[in-house]
Amino acid sequence: MRSKRNQILAVPYVVWMAVFVVVPLLLIVVYAFTTKDGSFTLANFSTMNQYLGVFGNSFFLALVATAICILLGYPLAYFLARSGHRMKGVAMMLIMLPMWMNFLLRTYSWMSLLEDTGLINRLLQSIRFFDLWNGIFGTNIEFFHMINTPGAVVLGMVYNFLPFMVLPIFSVIEKIDSRVIEAAQDLGANSRRVFQKVVFPLSLPGVLSGITMVFIPSVSTFVITKLLGGGMTMMLGDLIEMQFLGAAYNPHLGSAISLVMMIVVLICMAVMNRFGEGEEEAMLL
Amino acid sequence: MAKELIRLSDIVMKFDDEVIIDHLNLYINDKEFLTLLGPSGCGKTTTLRIIGGFQTPTSGDVFFDGVRINDVPPHKRKVNTVFQKYALFTHMNIFENVAFGLRIQKLPADEVHRRVEEALALVNLAGYGKRSVNSLSGGQQQRVAIARAIVNRPQVLLLDEPLGALDLKLRKDMQIELKRIQQQVGITFIYVTHDQEEALTMSDTVVVMNEGKIQQIGSPEDIYNEPKNAFVADFIGESNIIDGTMPEDRVVRMYGRNFPCLDEGFAPGESVDIVIRPEDIDIVPVAEGQLTGTVTEVTFKGMHYDIIVDFRGFKWLIQTTDYSPVGAKIGVKIDPDGFHIMKKSRYSGQFGDYSSYSDEYDELNEDPDTEVDGDEE
Amino acid sequence: MKKNGLFSRLFMGLVFLFLYAPIFVLIVFSFNATKSRTVWGGFSLDWYAKLFQNTQIMGALYTTLLVSVIAAAIATIAGTAAAIGFYSMKRRPRTLCLSVNNIPMTNADIVTGVSLMLLFVFAGRFLPFKQGFATLLIAHITFDIPYVILSVLPKLRQLDANIYEAAQDLGATGFLAFRKVVLPEIMPGVLNGMLIAFTMSIDDFVISYFTAGSQTSTLAMVIYSMTRRKISPEINALSTLMFLVVLALLLVINIRQANQDKAAKKKADKLAAPGSAALLDTQK
Repeated sequence: MRSKRNQILAVPYVVWMAVFVVVPLLLIVVYAFTTKDGSFTLANFSTMNQYLGVFGNSFFLALVATAICILLGYPLAYFLARSGHRMKGVAMMLIMLPMWMNFLLRTYSWMSLLEDTGLINRLLQSIRFFDLWNGIFGTNIEFFHMINTPGAVVLGMVYNFLPFMVLPIFSVIEKIDSRVIEAAQDLGANSRRVFQKVVFPLSLPGVLSGITMVFIPSVSTFVITKLLGGGMTMMLGDLIEMQFLGAAYNPHLGSAISLVMMIVVLICMAVMNRFGEGEEEAMLL
Repeated sequence: MAKELIRLSDIVMKFDDEVIIDHLNLYINDKEFLTLLGPSGCGKTTTLRIIGGFQTPTSGDVFFDGVRINDVPPHKRKVNTVFQKYALFTHMNIFENVAFGLRIQKLPADEVHRRVEEALALVNLAGYGKRSVNSLSGGQQQRVAIARAIVNRPQVLLLDEPLGALDLKLRKDMQIELKRIQQQVGITFIYVTHDQEEALTMSDTVVVMNEGKIQQIGSPEDIYNEPKNAFVADFIGESNIIDGTMPEDRVVRMYGRNFPCLDEGFAPGESVDIVIRPEDIDIVPVAEGQLTGTVTEVTFKGMHYDIIVDFRGFKWLIQTTDYSPVGAKIGVKIDPDGFHIMKKSRYSGQFGDYSSYSDEYDELNEDPDTEVDGDEE
Repeated sequence: MKKNGLFSRLFMGLVFLFLYAPIFVLIVFSFNATKSRTVWGGFSLDWYAKLFQNTQIMGALYTTLLVSVIAAAIATIAGTAAAIGFYSMKRRPRTLCLSVNNIPMTNADIVTGVSLMLLFVFAGRFLPFKQGFATLLIAHITFDIPYVILSVLPKLRQLDANIYEAAQDLGATGFLAFRKVVLPEIMPGVLNGMLIAFTMSIDDFVISYFTAGSQTSTLAMVIYSMTRRKISPEINALSTLMFLVVLALLLVINIRQANQDKAAKKKADKLAAPGSAALLDTQK
């Protein structure tokens, strides 16, 4: 199969990539450095100063969401990898299944749960939880205010992107040769040391690729903030969307923001990848 | 027997300026069992692939029955191949694997059936048709690969290290079986291996190759008894190779004294390489010895002892059934037919000294899977 | 490794509750008699009936399925061809191609979306076309192909290097050898790639949002425009139906897989009994 002649099979796609992947990215660079009439400018970057808060906010919230995803996803992946064959199959299916439902709908559904008069507050009211709460803390509340807060946005991100953390970690842990673990035990490590010294280091590539797969969509989301943040929490995704399809139409500024976001993300990833090799393989699941 | 079937004429093969085959000339007779023998990277697999049509030589011609076939694609050649790791089609059962070539030819179903069963019977796999490839052992997969090739009734069967992946015992059984199959179907086999014992056991003709060149062509007996140069002498079996001269016909001189031998035709005083096989050396009491030396190492080998004897700084390997302890002084005697005289070649001085005895042995037991031959990518 | 204890079971249960609570709510309220999404007003199938009369939703569903099917089909063929091409390349060009191939997967969707939008706007200055179904399709093909390639390439690597030659050796021409031998061997990877591509297309919102123009809408885009006002429970009904279809499909696949495993195991047990030639061969 591997013959020189077969290389031409790649030519159509290489051309396609050039036109629809490389050229668009170059256009972003060009737009970022030009004005409406096409002359060179750095103004798009200097006006970005006013959005420093959005940058900070985005990266902070995405970071928090990624951290929570690790805290929830790693144990889940670890427990699943140790489950029986049958359980594994069912659990994997359960993790993938929500991905088949449009994420807008799943996120929208959280609104029903989180609203002031939403299902969670109603449930708590019906079991007289707030009477108890007020009794203990001397407050006078009838509901928890959850929707339209940064916390709700983080929850939305965790909810949507958790499977992207679980799957790579799971596939890496599952592939760990059980003989390696037995060897560690044989050499005198207790189960805690085995985890610390063997399982965790070996699973790092999965964690790294999970971080990439959660952080990038988190930092650039614009739907979750609209639905669960009520437009109060502005993130980079919202900002970019506004420049291209929103009221603030300015694709040059939008391109500049996209470019800066891409570069910052790339730097983060490069720094992170210095800590772990073999990340590409984990990406393939 | 003597009808010529395949001729390779002045073949050169280069990959990215690296010469894999260097002006190779070879003809192969009909119904012959010919083995291309050599170490990893000697060009033997490439030669086979050129005959199979998977590679086109950089220059030179390939003739089949007198017709130039350089540009004939593999599927039109009357040649079939048994690949190194069998290359069986795992999505088909055994029957369909064997039937593949016949189905391509669009033969009628009953003929396909008859011939597949025949081929399976030939390789002792009658009744295995419905099984899946993965349910077979290595040896059985190997037989399927042979049946799949032979069922097409090729004039030539190419075998690329077909026994390389099998364990020793099975390999010996299969050697005998392959020879039987070849005689039964009566076609030409061209066999590639790095295992000299395999080559000597099965072949009518052995072609020893190294660095893209043919070092020697001959019957197994010729190759073993009359190696042409130090490379062949060392690659085929164990050899002590000593510097010497030929003062006159049938006299060879080494260690400052003359020995009677059977070789002739060298210029008087010509310097030569002298090959002495370890089993051709008799151990005798010091007084009766033509030469005397000191035993430095003894290894028990089951049938015999390998002993290393130091003759004035040059170490010989001697195989003997008599035990001599380390440190013993012994004499040796070599009959005239124990000497094989070779002209000096570029390999002179590279082989045949057993000073680094154990290394030499490791090299011979090299992993068969490391065949490179430069055909990657 | 030892079995999971009580704590780990509880933990897993809670995470799955977290994952499924909103889906459960969604399904329950698709049977609600009133329009509210928090107050239960009695059981009804009204929203299912209304769903099939809603031309906007049905139209968007049609667009979504059409673009997903066409994009997945084209991506499967083009991606498989490209994977074979990449596989045949030498190391350096292959690494370069794979890096570019990875861009749409690692890049933020929104960047892929706006960059393609810029391209279509830019090209619109010279060519007479508007953003619509065609640009949507191009975008989908672009982000689908990398998944097909990543799913086919490992299968090619696993392939016995000589298998293609073996088929040719037995008389098959290059294309026939590919169709009869190579394609069946890499088929699981091809199908898997197609499935992933189709899923990605169905699920995509962000890239479609930037490339579909104002006239064409996918289901996700309709849902998004609805969330700005209020989502009609018809959408809940549609999601429930889609969810059930996928669930049924996955169950069928899982059960078939389990049965196959069982059958394979039985067969292996049977084969373990010594046959005539198995005695000849010492190697397993």
